[in-house]
Order: sequence, then C-alpha cells, then structure tokens
Amino acid sequence: MRRAARRSRRYQRDARWSPYAFISPFFLFFAAFGLFPLLYTGWASLHKVSLHNPTQMEWAGLHNYSRLFEDEFFWKALQNTLTIGIISTVPQLLMALGLAHLLNYRLRGSMFFRVAMLTPYATSVAAATLVFAMLYGRDYGMINWALGSVGIDNIDWENGTWSSQIAISTIVIWRWTGYNTLIYLAAMQAVPNDLYESAALDGATRWQQFIHVTIPSLRPTILFTVVVSTIGATQLFGEPLLFGGTQTGGASHQYQTLGLYLYEQGWFNFHLGRASAIAWTMFLILVVIGLVNWLIARRLQKSH
Amino acid sequence: MHSSRTRTSSFRLAAIGLAAALGAGLLAGCSSDSEPDSAGGDGEKVELSIGVFGVFGYKQAGLYDEYEKLHPNVTIKENSTERNEDYYPALLNHLSANSGLQDIQAVEVANINELAGIQADKFVDLGKESGVKKDSYLPWKWDQAKTEDGKVIGVGTDIGPMGVCYRKDLFKKAGLPTEREEVGKLWAGDWSKYVDAGETYMKKAPKGTHFMDGAAGVYNGSVSSYAEKNYDKSGELIYKKSPAVKTSWDLAMRAAEAGMTAKLKQFDTEWDQAYANGDFASVVCPPWMLGYIKEKAGKKGANQWDVAAAPKPANWGGSFLTVPEAGPHKEEAVKLAAWLTAPEQQAKLFEKQASFPSAQAAYELPAVKNAKHEYFGGAPIGQIFADAAKDIPTAILGPKDQVIGETLANVGILQVEQQGKSPDDGWKAAVKAIDNAIDE
Repeated sequence: MRRAARRSRRYQRDARWSPYAFISPFFLFFAAFGLFPLLYTGWASLHKVSLHNPTQMEWAGLHNYSRLFEDEFFWKALQNTLTIGIISTVPQLLMALGLAHLLNYRLRGSMFFRVAMLTPYATSVAAATLVFAMLYGRDYGMINWALGSVGIDNIDWENGTWSSQIAISTIVIWRWTGYNTLIYLAAMQAVPNDLYESAALDGATRWQQFIHVTIPSLRPTILFTVVVSTIGATQLFGEPLLFGGTQTGGASHQYQTLGLYLYEQGWFNFHLGRASAIAWTMFLILVVIGLVNWLIARRLQKSH
Repeated sequence: MHSSRTRTSSFRLAAIGLAAALGAGLLAGCSSDSEPDSAGGDGEKVELSIGVFGVFGYKQAGLYDEYEKLHPNVTIKENSTERNEDYYPALLNHLSANSGLQDIQAVEVANINELAGIQADKFVDLGKESGVKKDSYLPWKWDQAKTEDGKVIGVGTDIGPMGVCYRKDLFKKAGLPTEREEVGKLWAGDWSKYVDAGETYMKKAPKGTHFMDGAAGVYNGSVSSYAEKNYDKSGELIYKKSPAVKTSWDLAMRAAEAGMTAKLKQFDTEWDQAYANGDFASVVCPPWMLGYIKEKAGKKGANQWDVAAAPKPANWGGSFLTVPEAGPHKEEAVKLAAWLTAPEQQAKLFEKQASFPSAQAAYELPAVKNAKHEYFGGAPIGQIFADAAKDIPTAILGPKDQVIGETLANVGILQVEQQGKSPDDGWKAAVKAIDNAIDE
C-alpha cells in the first residue's frame, strides 16, 4: 500500500517536472547565448570599456546614452535606417503579395517558380552585394551603362543620399521578396476555396476577390511579415557595409545604418561601452515597434 | 601586411567572409589555448605558432621549410587571419586575457605605437635579445617599436618606401618626359611639384584621362614624408594645426579642385577597373603595390607603366614581429623572429613576394641590389626603393594615426573630390568625425 503510494507520488512528480527537463536545453542555451550577452551588453553600456582591455570597466552611469542623444552621427544613422527600412520594406511586401497572388493561380511549372523565388534568399549577402556594388558602379557599372544608352548621364550612386539608399534598398528587396512571397503563398493556400467560389458567384472579379477575400484572410500573416521585416530593417548591416566597402557608410555617412555605426564605434574606434549603448538602444527601439504592432493587431482583432 | 593595402583592398573581398573570418579568428584563438607542449630547450620537439594577417609570404617563400631544416626539433604553424581589422582586435583581447596568444604575433605599423604605449609589459624586450642585431634594421624602423623607456617590442619585417608609378604612353601624349630619371627630376624635392606636373598634364591630357587616381594618394605621399604629422614629440595630438597635415591637405585640395584626379578611392573596384582601362597617368606606389598594378592593368599595360622616385622619401605600410610574454615558447620564438627578419631572409622574401626589406644590410645583397621589374620597363626597383628607404624620416607615430589618416581621406577628401563640397566643409566634417572617434 505505502509502497504503491510512494510510487504514485514519484510518478506524479515525474509527470509534473519531466517536461521542464525536456525543454530545459533550449532555455539553458538561451540563457547562455541569448540572455547573458544581452544583460552583459546592458551592463557594459553603463561603463567606459575599451577594446584595448575589455575586462577593465570604468563606471560611467548613463553617460553613453546621454552622449548618443547629442551625437549627430547617431541621429543620422537612425534616420538612414528608418528611410532605408521604409523604402525597402514597403515595396518588398507589396511585391511579395502580388507575386504570391499570381503564384496561387493554377499554372504550369509552379514548383519551378516557387523554388526560383527562393534563390535570392539562399544567396549570401556578401556575394549578392558585391554584384550589386558593381552594377551600381559610377564609371563602368551596368546600370549607368544602360541609362547611358537612353541618354541619361552617369549617376554617382554611392555619393548621393537618395541614390545610395535606393541602391541599398534594391539589394534588400531583391533578397527578401521571394521569401515573403512564399510565406504569403502558404497563407493563401489555407484560405477556404468556398469563399472564392461564393465571391465569384456574386460576380466579383479577380481583383475584387484579392482585395475582399485574400487580403483580409492574410491579415495575421501580413502583420507577422511586417514585424519580421522591421526587425530585419533595423538591423541592416551587411548590405551597406559591402556596398561602399567602409564602415563609415559613405563619405558623408549618407547611408550609415545603426548596425554600421555600432560596428564602427566598437571595432574601429574601440569604444565597446558606446557600442553596447547603441546595441541596447536598437533593442529598445525594436521593443517599442513590437508593442505598437501588438496594439495594432489587437485593434484589428477587435474590429472584427 | 601593409597598412592600407590590407585595410582597404581586402575590404570588399574580406567582407565576403566577414562572418567567416571572425569565426576563424575565434577558432584560431581557441586552438592555441592548448597547454604549452614542453618548453623549448634544445633538442626537444617544439611547435611554434605564428599569427599573421593577410599574406606575409614566409610560407610561400619557403622560409618556414628552411628554418625547420636548420632546426629539426622545430615545426612552425602559421595562423593567418585575412584582415588586420579582425586580427588586431582579437590580439588585443588575447593580450588582456593573457591567453590564446601565439608564440609570435605580427603587428601592423599603424598599431605598433598603440601597443608600445598601452601593452608594453606584455611583450618580450627584443632589443635585449642576443639573436637580434639592431644594426641590421633601418634606424627609423627600429625606433617605431620602441617604448618610452627604451624597450623594443617588435622587430621590423618589411617597409613601404614610396615611388611614383606612371604611364609612359599617357605622359608622352601630354608632353611630359617619359624617361624615369627625368620624370623623377620633374618633381624632385617637393610634392607640390608633383601637383604642378599634374597641371601641365591636364593642359594636353589625352581624352578621358586624369593625372592621378585620387587626391588621397598625394595626401598620403606628402604627409608621410614628414617626421611630425598627427602627434608631436611629447605625444600631443596636433593634426589640426600641424604643418605636415596642412600642407598635404592643401595639395590634395588643389589636385581635387583642379580636376586632375580620376576621383577614385584606392582599392575600390572602380580603381581596379580604371587600371585596366588606363584612366589615370600616375599613382603613388610603394613596392608592394607593383604586383597589384601588374595584376589589375594586365597585359594591355605591360611596358606602359614605369616607376620613378617620389618627390620626397616617405613610407607606407610595413609590419613587425613581436613575441608575447605569455606565449608558450618564448626563447625559441625570439630565435625564429630574429631569423625571419634577418637581412638574408628579408632579401629572399623580396625576391619572391616583393616585400621590401626593412633590414638595410639586405640592400647590398644581389637579390635586392640587382632587382628589376620586367612589367615596369625593367625598372631597377631594388635601387629606386632602397635609395628612398634610406632617407625616410623617423616618423613620430601616435595611437590614433590610423583613424585620423583614414577619416581625413575617406570623409574629408572624398567629400570634396566626389561630392563636390568645399575644402572647408570637407575639413570640418573630417575633424568632427575624428573628434567623435577619439573621444573617450
């Protein structure tokens, strides 16, 4: 009797705690490689730390943060990140929606197109950006050559503020459109066919079906891609770094993003404390963006 | 191996593997963390590790094999990180942690002063080691690795005495002399005469060509010919008012505003393409750049290029070998460092890899003395660069030379040259960026 009771107690304990043990690897790894670095970066951002001697920290309070507020290079980087983020995310998602809609039709070789969509995403940033940097070359770039053949003068893509930011956003668009297309496509295929049929019976055109059936059904997916793309845009780093080949992001920092500025401060100027503060500011910006998205999502759900 | 070459040329290339390179750096760091395998008395087996960035060429020139043959108990392992930008921060990390260090660590000339200032006690004083012969190195090179209290933390590998590479065909069409002696005389003694020559060139310039690649080249050449540029003797930061910086900046501005530059940033893809297309007639070139020009200008440029003496002797690039105190086999490492940088070995390296010796005794060896470069019209490069090397002033280095030089070129000069801003605005923008970078 007693033995049975003990066994059952042990069994209960087992059933209660084992799941935690099973999932613990993720949390242990997260604590070691996610949470700890995050907190340590936060701690470092409150100190004066130099890459010359990273273990030696000198308390600085909020100095690194208050300094950022007066740092015009930081504001410029923030502004660049924002504009590049908008001009790359918005067209990218719109194009992805349209492409997904087209791919959703029954068509020959749809598998081929779906795989083809994903190839830019599978290419490394570095390889893609180097090719683009050559396409946008001032003297011998293919784009200027093409423009020249229709009588437009050479554009110095890298040196203009808008031209350089547009050039960088095309790289981002090229890489990520296919990826988002596939996400939309997956969501579209989950939309029940009856909806389309009844809409067709009511005499709705393809376009009307897209606007009134597809888009509303895709709302959660669209929100998801917006959040993910925003995070990606805030962390934009590889493309601008490789586009001009320097951490300054152009002679007048015209396309230096926050990620690039962080890199410049930490690994070129050796100010690890300041770099940490930039990293944390970026993190906070993302938290705010996440909150705003969550609010919008809730609003949308309620309105339904 | 050479300051600005590794910094910028490999930038694009290297950035391809940015993540990979960082990862490799970490791995290299880890692998050398292992326990020292028996300290290095004679006869015992020793594996010496040597940390370098980019291509140092010791392996390619067969120097490791030769040393291993001379010392059967020694095996040498080279760990190369592609870019100094990744290599140097990792080295700083290992120094402050006192672990993960290789037996020998190479250091770029742009970083040596910083290390001598803040980490001197982490390195073996090579000046006191019996195998190291001070006399064989150029005095100014020797002094660069010296700390304030006279300790020498590194021995010199190569240096980069400057010359001016020019295209004979373009010079001829523009009515300038083409013989390298005469060309050298054209601007001998003053960098401003080089810009004067540019003015002459532009009057009759072949269509679509410019006199030089970019204004940063003449800035770099001119400022490097002074002993005192960014810092004064007491270590004070003086670049804002230093005559060297002022004169050189003005020269660069003159060149940019007169439109005699092809508005190119060195080591950019566009720069490479311009070599292939023959868009500019001259470029300030240390010996290590000759191979680069040959590769980029290709067959079409053969026998068009030649090399003349620079207006004034100046240095661009070069490295040092150091032995960290925390390294596993210090004694053996010192011997190897001394051997690798001895005149005979430097001469061999020059023959195979065109790294110009910092050991002056090497200049008398036939491998250097009689060296000619076929691609550059058989120019006696050993002679030309050796002459320049002897008169290079002992530059006063400072910890932030690299940031200052790069920002003046990539922000200040480029704003004027490529974005059409006024010299005054360019200067102010550069100063602002430098202040931001060096502000604690």
